[in-house]
Amino acid sequence: MEDCILIKNINKSFPLQDKELTILHDITFSIRQGEFFCIFGPSGCGKTTLLRIIAGLETASSGEIIISQTPKDRPVNSMVFQEQSVFPWMTVLDNVSYGLRMRGIKKAARNKLAAHYIDMIGLTKFTNAYPNQLSGGMKQRVSVARALCNDPEILLMDEPFGALDEQNRLILQQELLKIWENLHKTTVFITHSIDECLCLGDRVMIMTAHPGTIKTIINIDLPRPRDIATIRTTIGYNELYQKVWLSLKDEVQRRTDS
Amino acid sequence: MTKQAKQKLIIRTLSVLSPLTLLILWELLARLHAIDVRLLSSPSMIVKTLIPLLLSGDLLYNTWISVQRVLWGFIAGSIPGILLGIAMGLSPFIRSAVEPMINATYPIPKLALMPLILLIFGIGETSKIFTIAIGVFYLVVINTMAGVLNIDKIYLDVAKNFRASRTNFYLTVALPGALPMIFAGLKLGMGMALILIVAAELSAAKAGVGWMIWRAYDMFDIEQMFVALITLSVLGYLFSLVLDLVERWVLPWKQTR
Ligand SMILES: Nc1ncnc2c1ncn2[C@@H]1O[C@H](COP(=O)(O)OP(=O)(O)OP(=O)(O)O)[C@@H](O)[C@H]1O
Ligand SMILES: [Mg+2]
Repeated sequence: MEDCILIKNINKSFPLQDKELTILHDITFSIRQGEFFCIFGPSGCGKTTLLRIIAGLETASSGEIIISQTPKDRPVNSMVFQEQSVFPWMTVLDNVSYGLRMRGIKKAARNKLAAHYIDMIGLTKFTNAYPNQLSGGMKQRVSVARALCNDPEILLMDEPFGALDEQNRLILQQELLKIWENLHKTTVFITHSIDECLCLGDRVMIMTAHPGTIKTIINIDLPRPRDIATIRTTIGYNELYQKVWLSLKDEVQRRTDS
Repeated sequence: MTKQAKQKLIIRTLSVLSPLTLLILWELLARLHAIDVRLLSSPSMIVKTLIPLLLSGDLLYNTWISVQRVLWGFIAGSIPGILLGIAMGLSPFIRSAVEPMINATYPIPKLALMPLILLIFGIGETSKIFTIAIGVFYLVVINTMAGVLNIDKIYLDVAKNFRASRTNFYLTVALPGALPMIFAGLKLGMGMALILIVAAELSAAKAGVGWMIWRAYDMFDIEQMFVALITLSVLGYLFSLVLDLVERWVLPWKQTR
């Protein structure tokens, strides 16, 4: 399959006091069309920064990023932000349909589409509620629905399920899996959980910190369609888990040694 | 009765009882000649003056004149204040161009501008409306700018990520995000407008509640002065009531908890 996102020698530094602090160092990799690509790494290694660069919300200090868009009247990317990003002044419905509204889609049509995703995240009762009536996890689900509803070419998700309880996490993982296996939408997914990488991803990129570099990229060749409930008993799951864990342990060891 | 309900009842009774007590005390002191009624009047004397003023339509007419001035001044000050405040909040260029001027002129008491305003606009309605507008403008522009600057940066990122056009960005992020602070500015502005109306009607007015106060002063009619003062406080109360209602209607997301 052809590459959808091509990232070449990306460097990023932020000014810290009077010095420049390198956050990302010489990042080169590519993401294929229709791939579910996971990024995994310790806190502060620059995952969010990398995703923001891909989203065009941040510019790299050097390097090149090429996104090939199939010519469609679709937005290039939609992002699920790591922190609370649901507009407090809009109802759940208006939040979820926000992207469609920005694209000039008529109210009736966008509300119908939004209702579908609101149902998916289990918040139908809260359709007309404002975010201050929702819990943190509910807001995060709204944020996920907002990105999905926009139907972008590339889905960028920054630890979207990190703040959810186990039950909701499983439900949403299953839903995302279903949607993705139907549409094969190119997805970049940041997570703190090895299990989540293995459940959802095609490949996982493991990063190291200070500065953020690519440690390795591991293929997750577990069969599809996958099922969240049974994937942990699939042959190969344990070996993969160990593989990811070992390359991570390496890193931890290296840092405590030095 | 539950403990909470009891407490609520006590609070409510107190808030009615305490001003009532004060009024009775005032009347009592006046009747006992413990205070000088020529200067401090008494509730019963004020009511005696109030009724004919009310019946003749004199009070309502003057109130209406002042209300019009306050409203026009309020509108003329707050709309440019909101627009400029948003522009200043969003654009560092506009901010750095305009903010020094605002900061430099803000401390000037608006009353000190009255003579200049009278010279420029003459003694007609415009000068009074303009005085009020200027007072309102400063409070609204400063609060609106602060409101825009205080919008969490994440919402700007969301708007950018969802490709909001400039207009949409204003309508869906900048304006609603700054609205709570805008309302804070409007409320302060309304208070300022009531202060300024009295001063503006001091010079060269032929009607208005402020004018009533100054006329009462000239005629040493203390009761009429109190009637006008009470009217002002009722006006202030009504205006803030209206603003609260509008706020609740425009900002449903602020109070639903
Ligand atoms: N705007 C900024 N200015 C200065 N430093 C920044 C900025 N944004 C991020 N950083 C720094 O860059 C580093 C990486 O941040 P980033 O948010 O990308 O980490 P992350 O991998 O997403 O971490 P986490 O898993 O905790 O979310 C951090 O050390 C952070 O302090
Ligand atoms: Mg992050």
